[in-house]
Amino acid sequence: MDQYIRAIESEFAREDLPEVRPGYTVRVHVKIKEGKRERLQAYEGIVIRVKGSGVGKTFTVRRIGSAGIGVERIFPYACPHVEKIQILRKAKVRRAKLYYLRDVKGKIKLKEKKDKNRG
Amino acid sequence: MKGIIGRKLGMTTIYKDGKAFGVTVIKAGPCVVSQKKLEKNDEYNAIQIAFEELTEQRAKKILKKPLLKKYESAGIKPHRIIKEIRTEDVDKYNVGDVLKVDIFSEGEKVDVVGTSKGRGFSGAMKRWNFGGGEASHGAKFHRELGSIGNSSQPSKIWKGKKMPGQYGNKRKTVQNLQVLKVDAEKNIIAVYGGVPGARGSLLLVRSQKKLRK
Repeated sequence: MDQYIRAIESEFAREDLPEVRPGYTVRVHVKIKEGKRERLQAYEGIVIRVKGSGVGKTFTVRRIGSAGIGVERIFPYACPHVEKIQILRKAKVRRAKLYYLRDVKGKIKLKEKKDKNRG
Repeated sequence: MKGIIGRKLGMTTIYKDGKAFGVTVIKAGPCVVSQKKLEKNDEYNAIQIAFEELTEQRAKKILKKPLLKKYESAGIKPHRIIKEIRTEDVDKYNVGDVLKVDIFSEGEKVDVVGTSKGRGFSGAMKRWNFGGGEASHGAKFHRELGSIGNSSQPSKIWKGKKMPGQYGNKRKTVQNLQVLKVDAEKNIIAVYGGVPGARGSLLLVRSQKKLRK
């Protein structure tokens, strides 16, 4: 039964995007429409949550905006407006949801993750 | 009026022109026309369609003899489900014709008929969205429905008063859902929005009855 739904969802699967995990620092390039013009806007921050599966998978990116106010943005993974995701830094984290970062005052420090497969 | 019988598979999201749509995926058809009803014989015009073919062994087990004979005389294989679709152009169909989801095209509006999820005997808060009372602060009025009418005038309760009772497990129709996807090969149709019933429940998808302005 589920196979048919999965078949539909697979049409919207984005294989061009890298895997996003909590703790990663990413730069997401989003298509924005201004009148008739389309431009790309980059949004950079730490992934604090990855939620859902299939076409409904989303991830939340937190950054400290101007005036020191925290901004969180949720991106659907399959959304066609997400043009490109750059992974800037991978951090070693010990939980799946990094909500504690919301309460961190000052600079957020995360341990660098070493890729196991690095030659 | 055209229609097809199907089963609800579940919901998902699809993207179209950069917009996300929550769709219900329905596995519909193939259906076989099992009988044509004409005004001169049956007082109304309709086609009868059958869904979910059964093996002969299975059919003998779960269908009654009159129904088996009906299929035999119509010259089609026995099916589990029969439904009727009122239509004026009965002549377009022949007994034995196979209807597939491609009778609908993308962008078309359809009505979906199904049986809503049964919630049993429910109170007024769940069934009619009544407010109820406070849970605490010394309240003695919690999930009740309150007053149900006046006193000696009219000395009765008005018919149709919203009260607790059976909720759900009732035939419901959702009108004017847009067809966003049709896959005749896999017998799949996806409509924008929700439809009544649980996954796997029986649905009738038919062309819209009322045009929306």
